[in-house]
This record gives sequence, C-alpha cells and structure tokens, in this order.
Amino acid sequence: METEEQLIPHLFRTEYSKIVAVLGRLFGFEHIETAEDIVSDTFMLAAETWGQKGLPANPAAWLYTVAKNKAKDHLKRNTIFNNKVAVTLQQNAAEAYETEIDLSGKNIADSQLQMMFAICNPIIPTEAQIGLSLRILCGFGIEEIADAFLTNKETINKRLFRAKEKLRHEHVKIEMPATVELNNRLDTVLTTLYLLFNEGYYSRSQNISLRKDLCLEAMRLTYLLTGNAVTVQPPVYALLALMCFHASRFEARTGQQGESILYGEQDTSLWDKELIARGQQYLNKASTGVQFTKYHVEAAIAFWHTQKVDSQQKWESILQLYNTLLILEYSPIAALNRTYALSKAINKESAIIEAEKLKLDDNHLYHCLLGYLYTDIDDGSALNHFEKALKLAKTKPDKKQIKLYIKQLAEHTAKTN
Amino acid sequence: MNEFALIFRNEENPDVQFSPEQMQGILGQWRNWIGGIAAQNKLANPGNRLGVEGAVIRKGGIVTDGPYAEIKEMLTGILVVRTETLEEAVELGKGCPIFSAGGSVEVRIVIPTTME
Repeated sequence: METEEQLIPHLFRTEYSKIVAVLGRLFGFEHIETAEDIVSDTFMLAAETWGQKGLPANPAAWLYTVAKNKAKDHLKRNTIFNNKVAVTLQQNAAEAYETEIDLSGKNIADSQLQMMFAICNPIIPTEAQIGLSLRILCGFGIEEIADAFLTNKETINKRLFRAKEKLRHEHVKIEMPATVELNNRLDTVLTTLYLLFNEGYYSRSQNISLRKDLCLEAMRLTYLLTGNAVTVQPPVYALLALMCFHASRFEARTGQQGESILYGEQDTSLWDKELIARGQQYLNKASTGVQFTKYHVEAAIAFWHTQKVDSQQKWESILQLYNTLLILEYSPIAALNRTYALSKAINKESAIIEAEKLKLDDNHLYHCLLGYLYTDIDDGSALNHFEKALKLAKTKPDKKQIKLYIKQLAEHTAKTN
Repeated sequence: MNEFALIFRNEENPDVQFSPEQMQGILGQWRNWIGGIAAQNKLANPGNRLGVEGAVIRKGGIVTDGPYAEIKEMLTGILVVRTETLEEAVELGKGCPIFSAGGSVEVRIVIPTTME
C-alpha cells in the first residue's frame, strides 16, 4: 500500500493539472493564479489531513470536493466584492457561481485541450509555452521545470510570470480556436509538444526520471489530442508514432550509472516491443489523408530505427527520408544524420565529401561525425576532428563521450598498424 | 544572399526505356543530389519536375501540342538554390545527375519580388 508521502507527489502532478485546467477555464487567464492557489491550498490541506487521519477512500474525489468548495467560496466572496465595489459583475465568475463546477472526465479533458491551445500561442516565446505547459498542463513544480531547463527557479518564475502577463494583456481566451484557424494553431501546439518531448529525450539534465516524465507527459498531451473529434488529425498521429518509437528505447539508452548508450551499442532486447507496435498503429493512422508533415518523415525514420537489421535497404530508406526531411525543413542535426545515413547506404568516402560541404565547423557533433567517417580511412584526420569536437563540447557527458571515441580510435589505430 | 534558378533541359528520347529498377536508381540520384543541397541549407525551393504532356499557347489563341518539334532540348524541371554568388550556384549545379543522361543545367539569378 502506498503511503501518503509517495502518493501525494504522484497525485499532485496528475490531479493538479486536471483541477487547474477546469478552474483556470472558469476564471480565465485574468485569475489563473487564483486557480493555482486554490489547488495548491487543496493539496496543502490534503497533506495535513491525510497525515493525521490517513488516506481517504478515494483521494482524487476528496481533492475534487475540497477544490470545488474552495473555488465556490472564492467566487462567492468575489461576487459579493464585485457587487459592492464594482458596478459590473465579472461575467464568467458570476456564471460559474450559478453553475456547478464540473470535474467530470469529459470536462477535464475538454478543459485541458482548451488550456493547451491557449498556452501554445505564438504570442509568447516557445520556451515560455513549454514552461507553462509543464506547470499548468502537467503539474510540474517550478524546481522540476528549472531542473529540466538547466536553470534556476527564479528564471523560470520570471518566465512564467511574463508569459501569463502577456496572455492576460492580449486577452487570450481559454477556448478552442475557430475552425478556420484551427490547423494553424494545431501546428503551434504540435511544435510545443514535439519540443517538450525533445526536451526530455535529448536534455542535458542528469535527472533521468524527470526526463522520462517529460517525455511521458508530452505523449499524454499528444494522446489527448487524438481523443477529440476536431483535433484528431493525421499529423497528431504521426507525432505520437514518432514519440512511441523513440520512447521504446528508454531502458536501452541509459546505462546503470546513468550514462547514455549509443544506438549501435544498445541491448536491443531492452527495446519496448509494445511501444513499437503502438507506434506502428499510430503511423498507419497518420498515413490517411493527404497531409504530409515533418512528423510523418521523422516517424518513418524513427520506425526504421526500431528495426534491428542493419541492411543496406534500411539505410537507403533512412537516407531518402532524411533527404525528404531536409527538403521540407533544414536543421543541422538532420544534415548530420543524413550524412551518417549516406555513409551506411553508400560508403564513407562519399559521405566525407558531403560532410565537408556542410560547413558546421563550430558544431561538436559535426566533428564527431567527421571523426567517425575518417576512422579507417585517415586515422590522423579522425583524431584531429575528435580533438576539435572535444574543444567545442560544452557539457560533461559530451566531453566524456568524445574522450571515449578518442580512446577507441587510439586502440583501433594500434591494432591496424 | 541571392537565389538562383537551376533549369534542367534534356532531349526527349523515345528510344530509351528504363526498367523500374533503373528508374528507381535515377530517382535516388536526384533525391540524393537535392538532399545534399538541402543539407547545406542552400535549397530555396525544391521546384517541380515537368512531364511531357503539355501545350503552347500563342497570340490569337493558337494552341499547339508543345514546343517539342521545334527545339532540341525540352525543359524538364526547375529548382531554386540560395547562394551568395553565381559561382557557388554553378558549383551546386555541377553535381546534377542530368549530365549522365546528356542534359544540361542553366543557372539564372532570380530577381527578388519587391513589396511595391
């Protein structure tokens, strides 16, 4: 049986985000802090009460009841205040006082979706969108968000405060966008979820369980989009497929000491077959209709990476997918990965010619790639590139990894000479 | 940065028939070439391939089947690259797989659209 110490943080994340979404929609961004305060108070009371009396039979229901009562009290006070002081009533608050606060599953899901569209709004910076999503949609604490972004609480608090100010100032409503602008807005939502996932998957943070939680939350929110008739669109399934394929390697990509294990060296028996199968289902659903997005291409690439065979056909397919991805949208990492695929599909010599055209000299991964490509062909050049990479690398794990490459290269050179 | 259009021309040769495998190989070469330009962040517009089916319209609403009888080389496609100089654009054009099929690439600067 779980003790309350274990249960509360777990409940906090999931239930916090649910209740905040419902109350937040009721209060609007004008009073989003009030919604957050009510929920925080509720959890504080839960910690106290449950600590003394033990867990209630249904902790979530307990939280809902307390939060509802606190919200009603607040609205009542607010209405009285407004009646006495202000001439006009605050419309939504008055309505809410009349209506029951609805914490049903359906309304929670609807509220979370609407909140998602309100937060993933291009008028605030992408980093703020991710931060607010983590706070309001995922119920992460400020400290956890700071940890994920490798920064401090103060920076995050400021960032979230400014973002809420901006949303208030622009009178952003917590609602679904009109059908005509839905696709544009859905693009922004998907970009934020994609980045949220990447934040967890590729983050430099050493906190592995936190990183995994970021990925799982990104998946949960994307999954939420598939449950709504308006937002269930092929690119959503493509993104979800991409996430499943990547997530299937969670266990395999981290070693016992928390070090990262490269794709080629992973124990493939640790790859999560169920997630791979789900990814395939989603990819099939994504392949209906005419929309063809970068998520489709990336999901297809990720699919090939779930295949254990190391055949020429696999790498030829990956190469062509990277070509397509780059034609859709350039990114340095895609350019590097394309060149790696080229070396596997054709040969290292052609890949070197292509790599040297990329002009990514200040990118440590670029030099890692050239180091890899020159190994066996010109070990001296290979070493040169690894050393440049080491100079450019900024984080400890990166430096450690590159030192390992240099060591392996030295062993390799000694063996072949 | 400037933009240059790469314009592809080739003779239409009805005698040459490619097997599906050959076709696949040729397409792969083209995609690798364009992917390589994109990987350098120099692809401004992937453009389109142009097929044989077409017509030419002249003054007075005169429509003919195509220019094919009069000119030796037919326009087969276009793409736009982003480089500083014509020389760089020409350098990119040199990698085009069209040369092994006897075609040519014309490189032309794109005149930017002004907002006026």
